[in-house]
Amino acid sequence: MTETVAQFSVTYTRCLDPKGAPVLPLPDFAKDTAVVTALYRALVRTRACDAKAIALQRTGRLGTYASSIGQEAVSVGCASAMRPEDVLLPSFREHGAQLLRGVTPLELFLYWGGDERGNVFAGPREDFPNCVPVGSHAPHAVGVALAFKLRREPRVAVCIFGDGATSKGDVAEALNIAGVWRLPAVFVVSNNQWAISVPRARQTTAETLAQKAIAAGLPGEQVDGNDVIAVRAIVGAAIDRARRGEGPSLVEALTYRLGDHTTADDASRYREDAAVTPHWHEEPLLRLRQYLVGTGLWSKQDEDRLLHQTSVEIDAAAEAYLATSPQDPATIVDHTFAELPADLVRQRAAIVPGAPAAAA
Amino acid sequence: MSDITLVQAVNLALARAMQDDARVVVLGEDVGADGGVFRATDGLLKRFGAERVLDTPLAEAVIAGLSVGLAAQGFRPVAEIQFTGFVYPAIDQLANHASRLRTRTRGRLTCPMVLRSPCGGGIHAPEHHSESPEAMFAHIPGLRMVIPSSPKRAYGLLLAAIRNPDPVVFFEPTRLYRASREEVTDDGVAAPLDRCFVVRDGTEVTLIAWGAMVKEALEAADALARDGVSAEVIDVATLKPLDEETILASIKKTGRAVIVHEAPLTGGFGGEIAARIAEHALLSLLAPIERVAGYDAVIPLPRLEQHYFPNAARISDAARRAMAYA
Repeated sequence: MTETVAQFSVTYTRCLDPKGAPVLPLPDFAKDTAVVTALYRALVRTRACDAKAIALQRTGRLGTYASSIGQEAVSVGCASAMRPEDVLLPSFREHGAQLLRGVTPLELFLYWGGDERGNVFAGPREDFPNCVPVGSHAPHAVGVALAFKLRREPRVAVCIFGDGATSKGDVAEALNIAGVWRLPAVFVVSNNQWAISVPRARQTTAETLAQKAIAAGLPGEQVDGNDVIAVRAIVGAAIDRARRGEGPSLVEALTYRLGDHTTADDASRYREDAAVTPHWHEEPLLRLRQYLVGTGLWSKQDEDRLLHQTSVEIDAAAEAYLATSPQDPATIVDHTFAELPADLVRQRAAIVPGAPAAAA
Repeated sequence: MSDITLVQAVNLALARAMQDDARVVVLGEDVGADGGVFRATDGLLKRFGAERVLDTPLAEAVIAGLSVGLAAQGFRPVAEIQFTGFVYPAIDQLANHASRLRTRTRGRLTCPMVLRSPCGGGIHAPEHHSESPEAMFAHIPGLRMVIPSSPKRAYGLLLAAIRNPDPVVFFEPTRLYRASREEVTDDGVAAPLDRCFVVRDGTEVTLIAWGAMVKEALEAADALARDGVSAEVIDVATLKPLDEETILASIKKTGRAVIVHEAPLTGGFGGEIAARIAEHALLSLLAPIERVAGYDAVIPLPRLEQHYFPNAARISDAARRAMAYA
């Protein structure tokens, strides 16, 4: 006897087409002009910050930097669906989410400029710093979500990683255990189609990355990751389910990495520019701007004012970054432990001859 | 108070820590109804419930990784990796995250977690059940590496590890789990971390060991005493951060050092101790430093394992060589 014992399907949701025309009745939040224009402002601010970071790097004033150009809607959409008390666990390309949650452009420049103080986060105190070892933060989201569940707090851990991370055991282990324990966690794949030089098709033969959740018993669905309204709606619904105690989800947001992997990368070594060009017509800022302009919610004057405000803010942050005094070299060891053991007290003194031990 | 074994002392310390501090949760494979494969968590599920004693799926990376998340959120997770042979998938989480979170965030997020694991050989276990990878962890900045050598020490050091505000890797020698009993008072008093313990006073040679090798070193000291040689024995207990003062003070007194560990010789933590002695007590040395260690070979299956691990005879031979030198 052979019978079908389980069947699955994966949905894909898009609210605005690439020209900004609604293809679905828009969710309620999108009827609030202030909400939609705030999303647009966040996208523009993210891209301006990104452009400044690249300019600083190209002029030798920032370290290697991972641009988020083209992927801002995933980041901004996720963060806009979160509450302040939720916890974000980002990869290293989620500048948009971090900025919207209160990480400052100055902190962002500091981090990418090689200064740990960029991770201090005056805003979202419990958010995790960027995770560089790909996908290894998915288990942290499990722990954070477990903490919420054990304390019976209506909070959600939101973990964003790239398509490359879905090849890793960390992500599989995290999805699996989050399902078993029905944790308030939402995992978002920002699928930009490239793990540095390896395209999506060479990463897995699975039809979707969303279905990796289904293997773990979680809801998995796709959303147009260049449509910030759709991202907010779908990720928001997943966050709401998690907050209500209905367990974790995975959302695969389909987007495209318009830039190099990082400023140290040269994508022309492995992909044709011609392959990138069509994606510029689908990118998230253009899409939402066309929607806003089309519905009469946004004028040329609004656009100019926003660009000006943003550039004033980002320029000031860059200036503050460049004017930030370096840390005392002794801070290399100061945060290794809550109290420095004798070995580190000695080593600290060797870094700065005569420096007193840090206060415990 | 009755005499208890080392594994019972671990259990006692876990129960005490859980009773004293609601933030302490125990997690790992088979730690719940089964009470752990060595019974270290026996009875904890019944006493503290399923929200504080969490059976995980079989996934070491996520056991370590979720502990990082829990700890950053203010819990005090005590994770069990069933055997040190299976700890390697967890090293990524310890090296890249647990040990660095405080530094990376300048203290905004911290990681007060303990990762426990039964270590070492000598119990005729299957493949991958007898490893001693403590030097790997001792090499990672921001981690503490602790190994108890007796029931009393296990109780006190585990309490200290759980109360410590930073991540601690805590290896428990399987060979000692039920090897002997000792009176342990469940008084909630932690033993000091970051300290070596002189467990036998002597004047002519210092035997430096940790974990199961402390027992072998003490037996060697007995044998040496019968030959009229006075051996001091140091239980290192916390490998990192290392209490070099206690070791150097002993070497300056005895002039001879025999360092003992079960782990392979090359790159073993004995090399670090030998270097400290060479750096700071060279002129006190009367003889070359001796290292008695596992061989740079794969740990054999049980039929040959007794030939692999250092034992009292090998240790006393090394001490006699040092005595014969000068």
